[in-house]
Amino acid sequence: MNKILIIIKREFLTRIRKKSFLVTTLLVPLAFAAMIIVPILLATGDNEKKRIAVIDQSGLFENKFPDEKGIYFKYLPANQSFDSLKANYESQGFQGVLFIPKFDLERPSGFEFYSKGQANITLEHEINKQINDVIENKRLAEQGLDPAKLKELRSDAEVVFKNGKEDKKGSSLVAYGVGYASGFIIYFVLLLFGTTVMRGVMEEKVNRISEVMVSSVRPFQLMMGKIVGIGAVGLLQFLIWGVLITVIYTIIIPLFISPEVMQAASQGTSTVDQAKAAEMVKNISQVMGSINWGLLIPCFFLYFLGGYLFYSSLYAAVGSLANEDATDIQQLSFPITVPIIIGIMIMIKSVQNPESSLAVWGSIIPFTSPIVMMTRLPYGVPGTVPYWQLGLSFICLIGGFILTTWLAGKIYRTGILLYGKKITLKEAMKWIVKRN
Amino acid sequence: MNLLEVSHLKKYYETHKAVDDISFSIQQGSIFGLLGPNGAGKTTLLRMLTGIFYPDEGKITFNGHPFDPEKDIQYIGYMPEERGLYKKMMVGEQTLYLAQLKGLSKKEATSSIKYWFDKFDINSWYTKKVDELSKGMQQKVQFISTVLHKPKLLILDEPFTGLDPINSEMIKQEIFNLSKEGTTIIFSTHRMEQVEEICDHIMLVNKGQKILDGSVAGIKQEFKQGLFKVGLGTMPNPAQMATWHFNIIETHDKAFTVKLNEDSTTNDILLHFIRQDIPVTYFEEILPTINEVFIKQVKQTEEADLKTAPVLS
Repeated sequence: MNKILIIIKREFLTRIRKKSFLVTTLLVPLAFAAMIIVPILLATGDNEKKRIAVIDQSGLFENKFPDEKGIYFKYLPANQSFDSLKANYESQGFQGVLFIPKFDLERPSGFEFYSKGQANITLEHEINKQINDVIENKRLAEQGLDPAKLKELRSDAEVVFKNGKEDKKGSSLVAYGVGYASGFIIYFVLLLFGTTVMRGVMEEKVNRISEVMVSSVRPFQLMMGKIVGIGAVGLLQFLIWGVLITVIYTIIIPLFISPEVMQAASQGTSTVDQAKAAEMVKNISQVMGSINWGLLIPCFFLYFLGGYLFYSSLYAAVGSLANEDATDIQQLSFPITVPIIIGIMIMIKSVQNPESSLAVWGSIIPFTSPIVMMTRLPYGVPGTVPYWQLGLSFICLIGGFILTTWLAGKIYRTGILLYGKKITLKEAMKWIVKRN
Repeated sequence: MNLLEVSHLKKYYETHKAVDDISFSIQQGSIFGLLGPNGAGKTTLLRMLTGIFYPDEGKITFNGHPFDPEKDIQYIGYMPEERGLYKKMMVGEQTLYLAQLKGLSKKEATSSIKYWFDKFDINSWYTKKVDELSKGMQQKVQFISTVLHKPKLLILDEPFTGLDPINSEMIKQEIFNLSKEGTTIIFSTHRMEQVEEICDHIMLVNKGQKILDGSVAGIKQEFKQGLFKVGLGTMPNPAQMATWHFNIIETHDKAFTVKLNEDSTTNDILLHFIRQDIPVTYFEEILPTINEVFIKQVKQTEEADLKTAPVLS
């Protein structure tokens, strides 16, 4: 068997046999499922009724508050003592007391809500809204205006944003979200797998295996074997994630969401209780539907591979400079981490403005292109990203990783055999031009 | 037949000449000692012989043809001074991996591993992780993984460091066995007593240059200083010791160490005692140890350097 294949096999197998591999491989899809299921369950499941006692001394609010969203109002006589109710509202079956004093319609104040625990945000928001609605209506009536008429006059037209080429409804919000997420994932995996390669090389050097190894294989084979082996682990992980997430999305999530909610989401009609959940389901399926996954997923894999090959060889070179002292490594790897961080900074700008020249160049120069291009792609090809940009970006990335691998190979070859000496980057640069 | 011939090998670094025009040859099946102080260029020389470094100049002939690192690496086993194993890997997997990288098929490797594990009686280690083994045990595994592919040339750089006397002896016997079976062995060290015991042939290097090479016996002959030890039944009085044939270097209990003068022979020494009727109980030649030759030669080259240094600078 080819030696490089033997090395790839070892790097691959030792890593996927680790417990940590199994844990991360399963945790990510679970986190994804939880991210979708939990909010929907919370929205559907929050059916707890709240009964609020109201002491209305102003007399303006009697029966004006609608009982909705699980909040029920019970009007007590206006002469009821607020203080005594504070003491015993719970025994009367209430969850809180709302006190409305006599107030000046011009300057409404003095409203109080009392409950032992902290009132939740929905309740706070609801009560404020109800009180203000009633006051507004009262004021309108005093001006001789009909609230119902005003409601009719309100406009709620919505501009439909469409992509240039496709006749499908595009949503810049969805593109923003997906772009941000994919850019960030690429950033994360470049750092994660890059440093994994670096640690692998360090381990070989610190454990003094490198010289034993290079008496059997060429240093370049050793380096490439490690890079490809770890890259294969990454690909396998993504593949498993992809399959699991698809299964969760199409099979498991529907099991958690009641059929009424699903129906409500697809038909756009909903009962009051299910409105929120239905809206969420609708949003999610809209995200899934409005993105060109057939293009985005292959591009994700290509940019992951390209970016990984580009950076991992550099990380391997840095790993080969390591000594027992781990603090050196932070210093040495800094020059590689900087362009990745610049990439994430350009990415944050590009996601807001994917056609700016910063975004365009950031997605062509290979140091940042995997991160930045993945952010721009959800906005549409060839609408936002013309084909020539995508092509140029790929060519630059391929050229880039051939160059970095070649440079890194030269540093690596010398670095792994130097022991007990602190190596500076300047010195390592000299090895690139040194003949051998 | 020479397995290895090296001629005018050079490797220069920016600041110094690591290997400066070294030539030697090694006969097949012999044990060749490579000696030199730290920093003499031994490791650089060995790295060129194992294809890790390319020489700047010079030629290496391996087994009758020009050395081709890509192919000939299969026939070389190298145990470097800086050596180690993957700590988290099982001993069996580890040896299998290293053997496969030397070009053995899985089947060949497995049977070779079985042979050596039986021989060293370490079959129970097969599923242990390397970091569960003691340092000495790891050294044994390291040695086995170096010889699994039956190399024609076995290069051992300080093979006995970290081994207890029993395991040292065991490895030493294996080195002799391999040599008998025709394996050529290069043994690099600065432990001289081992060199005398093990090597047929030695080469001494210092500051990148060859100072000396030859057979162990030949070198001892070359550097002998005419010293003899004479054991005597009774010690003579000083008046009886006046002679131009030899000088007394050291007086022991019923023995002298003497230095033979030029133009005299060993029989002159014996005759001197016999004539005086002093009984001689034994008579032996004192040959220099390799250690003494080593120290003397290294000092000599350093003194020579000191003399020439001002001229150079």
